[in-house]
Amino acid sequence: MSDPSLRGEPLVAVRNLHVAFPSATGVTQAVRGVSFSIGREKLGIVGESGSGKSVTGRALMRLLPASAQVRADALRFGTTDILAASEREMRSLRGGRIGLVLQDPKYSLNPVMTAGSQIAEALRAHARMGKREARDAALNLLESVKIRDPRRVHDAYPHELSGGMGQRVMIAMMLAPNPELLIADEPTSALDASVQSEILSLIEEQVDQRGMALMLISHDLPLVSRFCDRVAVMYAGQVMEELPAADLHKATHGYTRGLLECLPSLTEKRDRLPTLRRDPAWLAPHA
Amino acid sequence: MKARLGALAATAASIPITLLGLAVVTFFIGRVVPIDPVLAVVGDRAPADVVERARIELGLDQPLLVQFWRYLTDILTGNLGRSVMTSNTVWEDIARFFPATFELATFAILVAAILGIGLGVLAATRQGSWADQAVRVFCLAGHSLPVFVLGLISLLVFYAWLGWLPGPGRQGIVYQDMVEPITGLLTLDAALANDWPAFWDAVLHLIQPAGILAFFSLAYIARMTRAFMLAELRSEYVTTARAKGLSSTRIVWRHAFRNTLVPLVTVIFLTYAGLLEGAVLTETIFAWPGLGQYLTVSLLNADMNAVLGATLVVGLIYVVLNLLADLLYRLMDPRTR
Amino acid sequence: MSAGPTPGSPMADAATATAAVEPIPPDAVPEAAGAPSPRGPGGVPRRREWLLTDAPASRSQAAWGRRYQAWLAFRRNPLATVGLAVILVMLLLILLAPVLATHDPGIQELGNRLAAPSAQHWLGTDELGRDVWSRLLYGGRITLGMVVAVVLLVAPLGLLVGCVAGYAGGIWDRLLMRVTDVFLAFPRLILALAFVAAMRPGVESAVIAIALTAWPPYARLARAETLTIRRTDYVAAARMTGASHARIVLRHVMPMCMPSLVVRVTLDMSSIILTAAGLGFLGLGAQPPLPEWGTMIATARRFILEQWWVALMPGIAIFAASLAFNLLGDGLRDVLDPKQR
Repeated sequence: MSDPSLRGEPLVAVRNLHVAFPSATGVTQAVRGVSFSIGREKLGIVGESGSGKSVTGRALMRLLPASAQVRADALRFGTTDILAASEREMRSLRGGRIGLVLQDPKYSLNPVMTAGSQIAEALRAHARMGKREARDAALNLLESVKIRDPRRVHDAYPHELSGGMGQRVMIAMMLAPNPELLIADEPTSALDASVQSEILSLIEEQVDQRGMALMLISHDLPLVSRFCDRVAVMYAGQVMEELPAADLHKATHGYTRGLLECLPSLTEKRDRLPTLRRDPAWLAPHA
Repeated sequence: MKARLGALAATAASIPITLLGLAVVTFFIGRVVPIDPVLAVVGDRAPADVVERARIELGLDQPLLVQFWRYLTDILTGNLGRSVMTSNTVWEDIARFFPATFELATFAILVAAILGIGLGVLAATRQGSWADQAVRVFCLAGHSLPVFVLGLISLLVFYAWLGWLPGPGRQGIVYQDMVEPITGLLTLDAALANDWPAFWDAVLHLIQPAGILAFFSLAYIARMTRAFMLAELRSEYVTTARAKGLSSTRIVWRHAFRNTLVPLVTVIFLTYAGLLEGAVLTETIFAWPGLGQYLTVSLLNADMNAVLGATLVVGLIYVVLNLLADLLYRLMDPRTR
Repeated sequence: MSAGPTPGSPMADAATATAAVEPIPPDAVPEAAGAPSPRGPGGVPRRREWLLTDAPASRSQAAWGRRYQAWLAFRRNPLATVGLAVILVMLLLILLAPVLATHDPGIQELGNRLAAPSAQHWLGTDELGRDVWSRLLYGGRITLGMVVAVVLLVAPLGLLVGCVAGYAGGIWDRLLMRVTDVFLAFPRLILALAFVAAMRPGVESAVIAIALTAWPPYARLARAETLTIRRTDYVAAARMTGASHARIVLRHVMPMCMPSLVVRVTLDMSSIILTAAGLGFLGLGAQPPLPEWGTMIATARRFILEQWWVALMPGIAIFAASLAFNLLGDGLRDVLDPKQR
């Protein structure tokens, strides 16, 4: 695991990000003033559904639907201003420098294309490469994500793969052009408990090996704190608290404390898990 | 593999049952018809004993079930009876009239599929834009206009007022019976005979009826394409494709559209089946000598053998195309392969 | 989220534990919440409030509230509202035909045949010198009456067949669906033509013929809905309390099929109008002296090249009615059946 102190120049800089979705019933404020930065490190973003964590991740890649209203004081990847970048620049950024692993390979892989051709496509979108060369590279990638029978998986359609296998294909595809940042949006939530840790170890291993940054989005606080260097806790579109994963037990914010309180424990006898009490003050906009 | 064959066998097995059902319906209609089939054969001035003999000859003195059995064996041996109006066998008539319908329908479906898919994809990728609204209104108009009104307007404008296109019919009088029928498709036959003036004449005659049929099919195909595309464009794998940094052309055509193609094939095939079944109204307005017109004229002349025979053939076409669509569906979708 | 949160993770526990007590929807943030004033100044806002309350006091209040919200959603679609308005105006016109007609639709005025629109004959006269405007008004009664009759025959029949097939399953399902397939295999207009020819051309046989060809899609739809409803817990609950099959189908299954059925009927209206008019045009629907729209076009067709307006007027009427139903159906589908979008 990389040491948080090795953090260099921030790769990602987000300052005061706002995302709103107009709908028939009014404007929904999904993200309300989020700021953070990511260096060559693993940042965990934790929050319940609807807290704006996925929207934040997608705003970084400008993958939100056209109706989304995005504004920020700064939204930068390296030296690229994401809000001002042309569609062309964004395309080379997406996949090329930022990879995105989605939740459920059952839906996130194209059902009518073989796994191999989907990986080769990612490769060829970012590097000049012949068909044969791309095929060989795809097979290598499949091997590197610990697939025992790369040839079979290469020619398989997504529905012929198990969830864990599909997620490995997804990871291979996103690692293909060698990005600098990997955004993993609930990468294990749709998988069986038995393969969850395998997939997470795989992500961790690949990220370390390639010296990439990782943004792990999850609802699972202990899991995130185990795999990440730093943790940002989101609630109702705002970051409640940001702290090193090792210092999680020193969390001061009521929401984070509330979440930690309701963890079951094996070492300590507890009659009944307390429920989270939501303080309306948490909803007030931060400075 | 086994499951795939099983599903296919089940589909194939349902065909004879559907056809049997078709036969029951046509038989039933044929029996309740108030016209006496005997009189149609012998004429209404025949003496009573001739009528009685004809009745026995036709098997009409037998119980219904026996009559139905006879009807069924006749159909199975390809005997659809003789048309009173043309005094040919119904099969001969159908063979004569079907190519015209086939030519019309094929021309129309090609135009409709190409334009309909294009418009549907355009509307879906620009959802909410003026282009989307325009396609929507265009499709609604296609669903709401009566064919015969549009046909009449088209004749009035393009034939009577502007004189750009020929009037009703399949070819000009000058070219009548000048082209050796090989396939029965006038455009193809003329081209095969190297008779280019006749070819152009046939194409010009085809434009109005085929264009009008294409418009109605197009409205439906565009609407379905748009709906399918919108659903696909919202799916997760499209997000994945965008996250890979692919161009929007590639995302739209190679990812989203490739997935809509599977249900779209069924839509196009069924539309085609509808056209082949004879566009009764269009053929009537444009005096197009196809199956639809044959059916209507036979109906108006109470020529029940012709009506029932043609209806049965038309139902058969639908069933076969349905099966073909099903087959293609299975071939194209890896999940059912 | 499709997959539930990992069991045992704190977030999952927190979310489920508090959901019942204090649900915070993502949009319940101060800006969006803008609490409504507790009491409106006039009676209208108060009625609106009564309808839009989150805590209805009675079953009927909840039901009316739901209807009001559907109406609000419907009103946001301008095209659908236009469709509804056109239909209402048309209904009014044909109901008031005796008042609005300027002439008797049957009176012939042979000296004034095929006249162009004028102050005396607003839409001109037909080939027998009859007033086209008056004939259109009375003709609407026949055309739209046929459509209503077809729907009244078809919707209950399709609903019944579909619900029984879906609910009973097994051999009944297969038998009924096979029959449906047979009817679907015929082109609609041709089957209708054959039926009309077998009976006697006229309004009644046209209605029966269209009805016979129009019911299969309804049966398919009702069956598909029933198949999903049949497996729900509330149907199981009803069965456990001892409800009879008939009661379950009538009280629990059929009402749930209604929204999609209503949408389907509205969208189908235009195709029924077109089929009815098409039969009339081919001379197999309403017979000539009757001013049915399709029949009117059929007789005026001979004069299309010179007196084109005579055929065009009923054509416009058919188009307007059919387009209005299509617009309305489109809007209704958005409101009642969002999953089909």
